[in-house]
Amino acid sequence: MTTMATAQKVACVEIGGIPIALSTCDDAFLDLLRRRYDGFLSASPPEFELEFDLNRTGLASDDDVRVRREGDEWLVQRGDFHARLNPRTGRGSVRQNANPYALDSVMRILHSLIVAERGGFLLHAASAICRTPGASFGASFNGRAYLFPGVSGAGKTTMTRLAPADVTLLTDEISYVRPSADGYAAFGTPFAGELAKAGENCTAPVAALFFLEKGPENRVDELPPAEAIRRLMRNILFFAEDQDLVEKLLATACDFVARVPIRRLTFYPDARVWDLVRNFERDFERDSQEVAEHA
Amino acid sequence: MPENCIYIARSSAIAARALAGEMMVMNSADSTFFTLNEVATAIFQAADGRTPLQEIVRDRICGQFDVDLAQAQADAEQFVTELSGHGILLVSNQPLASEAR
Repeated sequence: MTTMATAQKVACVEIGGIPIALSTCDDAFLDLLRRRYDGFLSASPPEFELEFDLNRTGLASDDDVRVRREGDEWLVQRGDFHARLNPRTGRGSVRQNANPYALDSVMRILHSLIVAERGGFLLHAASAICRTPGASFGASFNGRAYLFPGVSGAGKTTMTRLAPADVTLLTDEISYVRPSADGYAAFGTPFAGELAKAGENCTAPVAALFFLEKGPENRVDELPPAEAIRRLMRNILFFAEDQDLVEKLLATACDFVARVPIRRLTFYPDARVWDLVRNFERDFERDSQEVAEHA
Repeated sequence: MPENCIYIARSSAIAARALAGEMMVMNSADSTFFTLNEVATAIFQAADGRTPLQEIVRDRICGQFDVDLAQAQADAEQFVTELSGHGILLVSNQPLASEAR
């Protein structure tokens, strides 16, 4: 008997500092992968390997996604894809049609699982890096990141469109947050919203998180921690029906709120709102210093 | 023991954290998230599966909060019904083993 073996071609995509090798026999799909994740292609040794098996039928994507653990593996199912990943071996497979939206969904969900186990999360939020005064951008970005979560219509894309030229956009839709030595860091993602443009592939420490609300004026208000956690949880991408991971995620959210300033940013949609964002850290550090001196 | 005793226990399929007098509860089955106020938190924390709800209301609610017993009992039953509907609490007319880890 003759076996027809087709060579797998690989693109390694590194999002959130986690390189994943995506392999396929299909040249057109490989091309789609490379174009979609251009800017996030990596030569790093992959931590995970996903093998794509394409089917040709058009399947419905409007089913609810189901994510559950079966033995050592994560199983992720929706009408238009079926994925499994073993986090212990780092190997997995995806059966889907060659639809970029299914591909993006698979990548978002698998990253949400991987990063949750590492104390981070994917957030339905725009994010951007403001350059630290006096610093210049080089190979590593010397700045601080700001997160802007909000439901559709809250102003995520508006904020990114209003950003001054020296602000580096990480995403207008899905932010990637991981713990770091001194708090949390935000990473750029290729997951775009209305802006239809991938974020920059870079990272910076998180300076603050602003929940967006449109209003008649620009203002920043404090939020009680419990309210901050409630709003944060509402915006975290999480689908797994898994007790251990849910506990981990809730602990992460509480830790994040304890370590990162969380505010409500009411904004009138013009570029002046970015002055408020830029000045926030300076004012926050000054106020913190005054409180410490009076204590 | 009265025949209409209600026993409540926390589900094992949840994660919960207390913060500033409120309890954050997340259901791992569907990722729904709830914030409980102080009174609801007191009931949730007392849900050991062995203590009747009436006793929880009398000792933990009316004992700590300025509230009428009949009103507190009615509110507690409504709260318990709501949370059991979301899989956060288990309810029975017999003592329960608490599932919480």
